[in-house]
Amino acid sequence: MNKIKSLADLKKLQSDVQSKIKLREKGDHSENLVQIKVSMATCGIASGAKETMTYFIEELDHQGIDAVITQTGCMGYCYAEPTIELTMPGQPPVVYGFVTKAKALEIIEKHIKLNEMVDGIIPVTYNSIEN
Amino acid sequence: MKDLSLHILDIVQNSIRAKAKLIRIEITERPGEDQLIITITDDGSGMSPEQLKQAIDPFYTSRTTRKVGLGLSLLKQNAEMTNGSFHIESDPGVGTKVKAVFGMNHLDRPIMGDLTGTLLLLICSPEEIDYVFKHQTPMGEFELDTRTVRQTLENVPITHPDVRSFLKEMLRGNLEQIQISE
Repeated sequence: MNKIKSLADLKKLQSDVQSKIKLREKGDHSENLVQIKVSMATCGIASGAKETMTYFIEELDHQGIDAVITQTGCMGYCYAEPTIELTMPGQPPVVYGFVTKAKALEIIEKHIKLNEMVDGIIPVTYNSIEN
Repeated sequence: MKDLSLHILDIVQNSIRAKAKLIRIEITERPGEDQLIITITDDGSGMSPEQLKQAIDPFYTSRTTRKVGLGLSLLKQNAEMTNGSFHIESDPGVGTKVKAVFGMNHLDRPIMGDLTGTLLLLICSPEEIDYVFKHQTPMGEFELDTRTVRQTLENVPITHPDVRSFLKEMLRGNLEQIQISE
């Protein structure tokens, strides 16, 4: 059985990561990154937004794509939860509904990597909300 | 909500919306007294007595995007269904405290669910909110304060993938050791 991690182990990790992190500092301005907001209100959580968000975080990290993934409030599309708002650098935001893990993978493979929109966009004039 | 970890994630969203900077999540398991207690305390904007009265009304919400607000009502209902209780207190400018007591062995008590996943989503977020998580059971006690984590990390962001997987293992290891409820 592995030893349970403690804060002392975190200190070790900190110095390891510190040396790696300098290399990627310059690309870390959020407007140059893919931004994903996952709607995380009662409606979203009850429909599986937690799994969707965890999937986006882990899959994008796994594929080495830098992205800012945040939680946001209810966008008013409770019928279509889990919903996400995806903003590609320099482009207006797009809202996707019914984002299950399978849909999330499709969005990563097509929209994020190839910049091709996929089915499931909620097509309304949409203004980003202040949480 | 399918499990208690989702309830926690949901109620904490209220604190985040109330612009809290420090959120305390406490889980206490008392099998001897057949109690599982979840307490969430924040230092957010708080509610006026009028708002507080309406807070558990499922047809009240402070949001403008929809007309229902089910988070607290669902938690209250789930707690009371297990012979438990629900309590909320709030002071404008001071913060809000939500306490839900569940009958630990009651058939209708939702399972704990993926608590590690919930905590990771909250902790490893780009928003600068600090959390104190405390889990007490007769098997032991585990406490995590993100202020200490941030201090240890210095300028390494808490959202860094390596930090995230470290915290995941740390949370899972500690919780496995003390958690008794499923």
